[in-house]
Amino acid sequence: MPNKIIKDGAVTDDNWQVLDAQATEVPEGAVIVPLSLWNGQKDTLAQRGQLGVWLNSDESPQLIADSLDNFDVVAINFPAFADGRGFTYGRELRQQHNYQGEVRAIGEFIRDQLYFLNRCGFNAFALDGVDLDKALDSFADFSDAYQAAIDQPEPLFKRR
Amino acid sequence: MYIYDEHDQRLVDERVNQYRGQTERYLAGEITDEQFLPLRLQNGLYVQRLAPMLRIAIPYGTFNSTQMRKLAHISRHYDKGYGHFSTRQNLQLNWPKLEEVPDILEELASVQMHAIQTSGNCIRNTTTDQFAGAAADELEDPRPYCEIIREWSTFHPEFAFLPRKFKIAVCASEADRAATQMHDIGIEVVHNAEGETGFRVLVGGGLGRTPVIATEIVDFLPKQHLITYLEAILRVYNQLGRRDNKYKARIKILVRAMGIEAFREKVEQEWATIKDGPSTLTEAEFDRAKSFFHSPDYASIDDNAAEASLAEQAAQNPAFANWLKRNVDAHQAPGYAMVTLSLKATGYAPGDLTDQQMEAVADMADQFSFGEIRASHQQNLILAHVRKDQLLAVFEQAQAQNFATANINYLTDMICCPGGDFCALANAKSLPVSEAIQRKFDDLDYLYDLGPIDLNISGCMNACGHHHIGHIGILGVDKKGQEFFQISLGGSQDKDASLAKILGPSFSSADVPDVVEKILDIYVTLRTEEESFLDTYRRVGIDPFKEKVYAK
Repeated sequence: MPNKIIKDGAVTDDNWQVLDAQATEVPEGAVIVPLSLWNGQKDTLAQRGQLGVWLNSDESPQLIADSLDNFDVVAINFPAFADGRGFTYGRELRQQHNYQGEVRAIGEFIRDQLYFLNRCGFNAFALDGVDLDKALDSFADFSDAYQAAIDQPEPLFKRR
Repeated sequence: MYIYDEHDQRLVDERVNQYRGQTERYLAGEITDEQFLPLRLQNGLYVQRLAPMLRIAIPYGTFNSTQMRKLAHISRHYDKGYGHFSTRQNLQLNWPKLEEVPDILEELASVQMHAIQTSGNCIRNTTTDQFAGAAADELEDPRPYCEIIREWSTFHPEFAFLPRKFKIAVCASEADRAATQMHDIGIEVVHNAEGETGFRVLVGGGLGRTPVIATEIVDFLPKQHLITYLEAILRVYNQLGRRDNKYKARIKILVRAMGIEAFREKVEQEWATIKDGPSTLTEAEFDRAKSFFHSPDYASIDDNAAEASLAEQAAQNPAFANWLKRNVDAHQAPGYAMVTLSLKATGYAPGDLTDQQMEAVADMADQFSFGEIRASHQQNLILAHVRKDQLLAVFEQAQAQNFATANINYLTDMICCPGGDFCALANAKSLPVSEAIQRKFDDLDYLYDLGPIDLNISGCMNACGHHHIGHIGILGVDKKGQEFFQISLGGSQDKDASLAKILGPSFSSADVPDVVEKILDIYVTLRTEEESFLDTYRRVGIDPFKEKVYAK
């Protein structure tokens, strides 16, 4: 049975399988591999039809900047919800590397971070343990924002 | 002062709704304690020793009489009828109920106030000179820049979960009254040779366990780049700041570990990707921000005549004369002065105000100062624009409310945190020590003879009472379950900032006033004419003090 995730503002089925950090074998299907696995098996992995990679909070997108074309999904892991490095990584992927694929939050982030994550360029959210339909409300916590971000490239001071 | 438009108002209203929902989910068990923690902290709510504590933001310390009356109402209705002004120019309530906090936030929003980001690992309330827009020695009013920073930092999506809290201060005058060198980022408004406005930016200062004076990262940042440059600094910090040890997580530790050169290089790299981008500030935005801080409608007053009649009043009233000398400062408009209301009367906790006193301040602000009030990081309140011919009336009303202690910048105008009486972090009770010192040194003539002395007390090494930058610093420490106080000397928060040095082994609470007396005696013995306490300390060093204090 597929998992449910939030993607592009709706609850959807998801078939991606996230391999854990120690994984060395790559199963069939849509997989999101840890960075170490990508680094070790680039040539074979690059041949797959569908591929994702995930970065831990101490792994900057800088490390995959040259390989982004290979990935349908870049997932960013939040080992703890208070570890906010991923917010910068999301923004960096979109803004500095102009990455157009899926940017997915995985790990321990919480519903109350959805609004900020979305602003930082995340569009998919593998959120555990909560009612996803209710969680959608959190995207609408605020109807506007002061700062420029990925969802709104102009700061409020230019739009007042 | 800044007035919300529909955008600002909608954001604070939405914040109230967001937090109400979060509180309901927490009370229903849908959010764990651990998850609720940063959510409540980012709305200023701590869970303290006896009750929750709510910290209400007063952006860069400027507020108005309507807001003050609302604070009085909230203190009375939701708390025990008093509040505490903190060193971040904020107001703390000590006894709110967790489930009533959404209602309090809603009340605050009705007067354009909030508790957003007054705690938590995010960008905190930006602070500035309490005399901004009024001080005679000011280059420009720093508050338009503070407001621009406030808006940028409010709900910044990328920087809500930093390694640790992040504090920014701005100053724009000769005397740095905002302690900018003790901040994660210190910003000094400067003009270049062409007369253009820019910023000297300092980074990596801070108090706490490891006090550090900030280092310059750029000597002149053209003003339009303020936001993109701040964003670059924060982005480097968010990625590289330590997260494994909360005591090593502040940006000061990162800057020190990398060295300022390497840190600057990283910031420059990051900045290059956003410099001149959409967040580059425009003249229109500076004009908009400045439009809220134009001078009030001053009356045209003959300053010489006003001075002459003041001198006459002072000659007949020595208490008024003292007060004029200590609690009144030079204003930039002729015929006006800035009045500091002392929240440091003997027997009262520094910075504390009752609901009734709050209302009295609001009334005084309406009557004498265009309805405007300032909170200072030294935990006093300021009426920034008082006509000189109304100073006597202000003095008399201040006396009636116990705000007229003529001790501003003197020993008993001490900074003191709430300490172990309230705070869950504290090692020791700081308030009884401050009161004992106030009682011992309540002879104003003696205090004036000593000259200006900053005495700062913190109940633990988190240093909310700024003990590292007091000329005399007192720190509560815990030794095997017993409270002791460590004394240090020679700190300064001014332009010539320095960190205090520890005198030696710590003392019991009861001994502290006598030790302070010994320290003052040595100063009086060793000083040359015109030498302040800090001057003497810097000339003779710590040894003479050590010898006398620890003499058998």
